[in-house]
Amino acid sequence: MFAYIARRIASTIPVVLLVALFVFSLLYIAPGDPAAIIAGDQATPADVDRIRASLGLDRPFLVRFFDWFWHILQGDLGTSIFTNLPVTHMIAQRIEPTLSLMMLTLILSLTLAIPMGVLAAWKHGTWIDRTVMMVAVLGFSTPVFVIGYVLAYVFALRLDWLPVQGFTSISEGLIPFLRNLILPSVALGLVYMALIARITRATMLDVLSQDYIRTAKAKGVGQRGMLFVHALKNAAVPIVTIVGIGFAALIGGAVVTESVFAIPGLGRLTVDAILRRDYPVIQGVVLLFSFAYVLVNLGVDLLYTLFDPRIRY
Amino acid sequence: MIDRRGFLTTAAAAASGALAAPRLSLAADSKTLRFIPQANLANLDPIWTTQYVVRNGSLLIWDMLYGVNEKLEPQPQMVEAHEASGDFKTWTFRLRPGLKFHDGEPVRARDAVASINRWMARDATMGGVIKKRLDALEAVDDRTFRFRLNQPYPKMLFALGKSSTPTLFIMPERIAATDPFKQISEYVGSGPMRFKRDEWVPGAKAIFERFDGYVPRAEKADWLSGGKRIHFERIEWQIVPDGATASAALQNGEVDWWETPLPDLVPLLRQSANVAVDIADPLGNIGSFRINHLYPPFNDVRARRAVQIAVNQEDYMSAVVGDDQSLWKTLPGFFTPDTPLYTEFGGEALKGKRDYELAKQLLADSGYKNEPVILLVATDVAITKAQGDVTADLLKRIGVNVQYQALDWGTVGQRRAKKDPPSEGGWNIFHTWHAGADCVNPAPYIALDCSGPSAWFGWPKSDLVQAKIAAWYDAPDLAAEKQAIAELNKAAMDHVVYVPTGFFKGYQAWRKNISGVVKAPFPVFWDVTKA
Repeated sequence: MFAYIARRIASTIPVVLLVALFVFSLLYIAPGDPAAIIAGDQATPADVDRIRASLGLDRPFLVRFFDWFWHILQGDLGTSIFTNLPVTHMIAQRIEPTLSLMMLTLILSLTLAIPMGVLAAWKHGTWIDRTVMMVAVLGFSTPVFVIGYVLAYVFALRLDWLPVQGFTSISEGLIPFLRNLILPSVALGLVYMALIARITRATMLDVLSQDYIRTAKAKGVGQRGMLFVHALKNAAVPIVTIVGIGFAALIGGAVVTESVFAIPGLGRLTVDAILRRDYPVIQGVVLLFSFAYVLVNLGVDLLYTLFDPRIRY
Repeated sequence: MIDRRGFLTTAAAAASGALAAPRLSLAADSKTLRFIPQANLANLDPIWTTQYVVRNGSLLIWDMLYGVNEKLEPQPQMVEAHEASGDFKTWTFRLRPGLKFHDGEPVRARDAVASINRWMARDATMGGVIKKRLDALEAVDDRTFRFRLNQPYPKMLFALGKSSTPTLFIMPERIAATDPFKQISEYVGSGPMRFKRDEWVPGAKAIFERFDGYVPRAEKADWLSGGKRIHFERIEWQIVPDGATASAALQNGEVDWWETPLPDLVPLLRQSANVAVDIADPLGNIGSFRINHLYPPFNDVRARRAVQIAVNQEDYMSAVVGDDQSLWKTLPGFFTPDTPLYTEFGGEALKGKRDYELAKQLLADSGYKNEPVILLVATDVAITKAQGDVTADLLKRIGVNVQYQALDWGTVGQRRAKKDPPSEGGWNIFHTWHAGADCVNPAPYIALDCSGPSAWFGWPKSDLVQAKIAAWYDAPDLAAEKQAIAELNKAAMDHVVYVPTGFFKGYQAWRKNISGVVKAPFPVFWDVTKA
């Protein structure tokens, strides 16, 4: 097992390297010029050229790439072109809101979606099943920003229960922390919840039709034990897989959610950096996300062994 | 012992109590102002970058030698007195006593000299002209500095106090010594507020804290002049990128003042009992149809005139600001309406019914043979997107083979600098807008410069326009200035330097417990109070 984990972690290195090269190349060929944005509308073309030169953006591709990569190897993601702050500092400033949002979304989604999927499968073909599926389809097909606006309108503007925007660190208290994060987590979580509920239902339907379930029923195993112990554990592998795959959707959704709810997280940092062509920040954040994605998938692979003892690494 | 049902009831009651608790923003004291600026404050070097949001933040941190009032007259700010020689070649300035930087050091003449040098290196209009005429700029003593010029420069006070970017702010000498093309790394100010760098989260918030060592002038504040008295301990800039969220936050009392509400959301804000809405900047903005003068068909003035006589400003303004007619007016000229030098002389081509047939004829006369015309449209900026859509339709109507290229503003910023032919990555037309404050006279008006290769994007060249700009610089009084501007307006219209698409204003909105908000081209925080 440990050898497997070591191998998997080692295998992330070429993946992250490829991502780094890809992102750097993509940004190099993408149109846009941070020097023109810095200089603004009042600047002359000559000023723009001088700013570009002072930022080193007029150097050849390979020189810039190897310079950046050399710093990456030393743990230095570079300095933001616009803010003059180290990218690591900017990421550190933003990581708590994003992690908090994703964790709360994950907790909410798993807590609600798995029982919903199990229930829908158990009551297959009934109004309960149809209701769960309707909610899932709605959650899946409604854009995050629409859900966000509706939630903010109802719970902040109309009912006056929760704030519209912003983020409060958990270090300032659990209640203020949750007050700021509930709406964004629900908005972001609906899609995720829909995805997990649907896959849980489909997998459970398959498992519930297996012979051993019928045997368990015949032996008098209780409904709750049959569903949550015997069936769900065997349905867990596809569910865990979809949770891992959905992590990418969660990252994408966080970008939108953070903008709608003005949460100062990594998603907004990425969008701002892309719009301004702040190359070091874009490269740093994409590298971080790709590394996180690889780690999540490793975690998913390891969880398989927990749910299915036949799987060995 | 509590049972399961009892526990759930208690937990729900506790949760609802917590959720319904008064919001922190409502309980916040009146010493903190929460403000949503027009854009993200990504850095704070007002010389290195010319973005307005940086200038606006810098107005809190650094003070100026002179500041304009609402009549656009430069008034002394850090300067106590000045003396100009009769030929306007020698200008001597004395600083007010007791001025301090945020690190406690006194403001000295050599700080002013270093700040002026850095500003002159980046200000292509007024600073650049002074630099060309400069024999010496020297600190005479700790409070006195002097310009010695080789040509007269009567507009010196306006140059030192102009609000257009880059604006001259006074920084400590060691900071002002930074290469003007590199960003400063310290924010030690001379103005009424300190920048809290330790609390700065670029893209999310910027915090300013009152500087007790600031000595405001005795006069009443008037735009950038007079006593800059701040009535808050903290001013928090909150960056809210989404308009609908900003609107909801203002209605909900989570912020106090929103600099640029979207026109579409203004009717909603007006329905709120706690929100006031009014025009933000009386000097507004001028929409711009910018043309590349280097390549066919628009290297021929007849093709440019074809566009000029076809442009219907009402279409553009309706697309930009919607149905609210109080927000816009047609503009048959290049200068800001309701300012002293405004003129419509020579602007007939933009008045009356639009003549598409004549436009087609002019295009044919120019030798246009249906070659593609590249229209760059920044679709992520509402104002440029709206103008671009109207232009695409207009060009089709007059028989132009238009290629609409949907880009983001960052890409347009890069593409417009390319002097390559349109077929090789260049361009023919892009849209932008100019702040009315920058169009009150030719000095900050970079878009009117017709110096050819060194002119602004589009690179127009006209010796006549340049001569009229020079005539304004040398005008000894207001009457002569008006004469020069009228002739300049006509010359620029005849040459079709660019086509104004109309004059439009924007709104600002604030909570009604805030008072003292004024209309200006920049947010004015002095004398604003919160009940």
